[in-house]
Amino acid sequence: MESGKEQYPKVYLYRRIVQAKLFIEVSYNKEIDLSKIADEAFFSKFHFMRLFKSTYGKTPHQFLTQVRINKAQELLQNDSIKVGDVCFAVGFDSISSFTGLFKRLVGVTPSAYQLQQRLRRDAIKKEPLNFVPGCFSEKAGWK
Amino acid sequence: MNHTCVYVLNQDSAYDFYVNKLGFKVHTDAPMGPGMRWLTVCPPEQPDLQISLMEIKESMMFKKEAAEQLKELVKKGTFGFGVFQCKDIYATYEELKAKGVVFTKEPKEEFYGIECLFKDDSGNWFSLGQSQ
Repeated sequence: MESGKEQYPKVYLYRRIVQAKLFIEVSYNKEIDLSKIADEAFFSKFHFMRLFKSTYGKTPHQFLTQVRINKAQELLQNDSIKVGDVCFAVGFDSISSFTGLFKRLVGVTPSAYQLQQRLRRDAIKKEPLNFVPGCFSEKAGWK
Repeated sequence: MNHTCVYVLNQDSAYDFYVNKLGFKVHTDAPMGPGMRWLTVCPPEQPDLQISLMEIKESMMFKKEAAEQLKELVKKGTFGFGVFQCKDIYATYEELKAKGVVFTKEPKEEFYGIECLFKDDSGNWFSLGQSQ
């Protein structure tokens, strides 16, 4: 078990890495200079990338991409939004890059995903009980 | 297991806690009639495990007295509904703390691993662990 003295520097390191992660989560739609984030966390760029990857299993850039794609998935719940608008809203500057990355991480293109989500919402609206286990709907009196 | 249930005091508040603070994904959010909602969330790496956030209220499921009793028990932190596992407990602990999650036990090394305890917005407690 680590002593209090050994634990403190580790906690301090974690706080800096976590702050960097939270900054990326909040600022995902802006142009982010990952070198600057490393500087502000008082790490060299190499050290920052290594620590970030060992903590989160992704480099800061991979994590930023994942955050952007996750946010894109949220925006694509809206039927009326265009894929191009989603691309720029989440911080990408190229629709083809965005579409390629989205397909790689989600498995379908953004427009296919938008359609899937619309069909699912329509199915839930039409037959909500199909999405609830029978035991719950019976107990709740929904059947 | 593909469904489990957590009793909560308010589904909107629970949504904010589990989705915006813990980072869970919404699996199904279905209105079931006036004042009724089927809301399930899942840990991001377990898309097939649906956690139903079941609001305690007088209904077919709970008579009025039972609902009041259950609410009081939940508020008191009587129930621990499960154990979560993470890759890096210190990073996860610092992040969740920064997002406003209340911990009742800081990460501590136990014989079975490193563990901390937190509670949700209703009062339910959970263990968060990291294997050694």
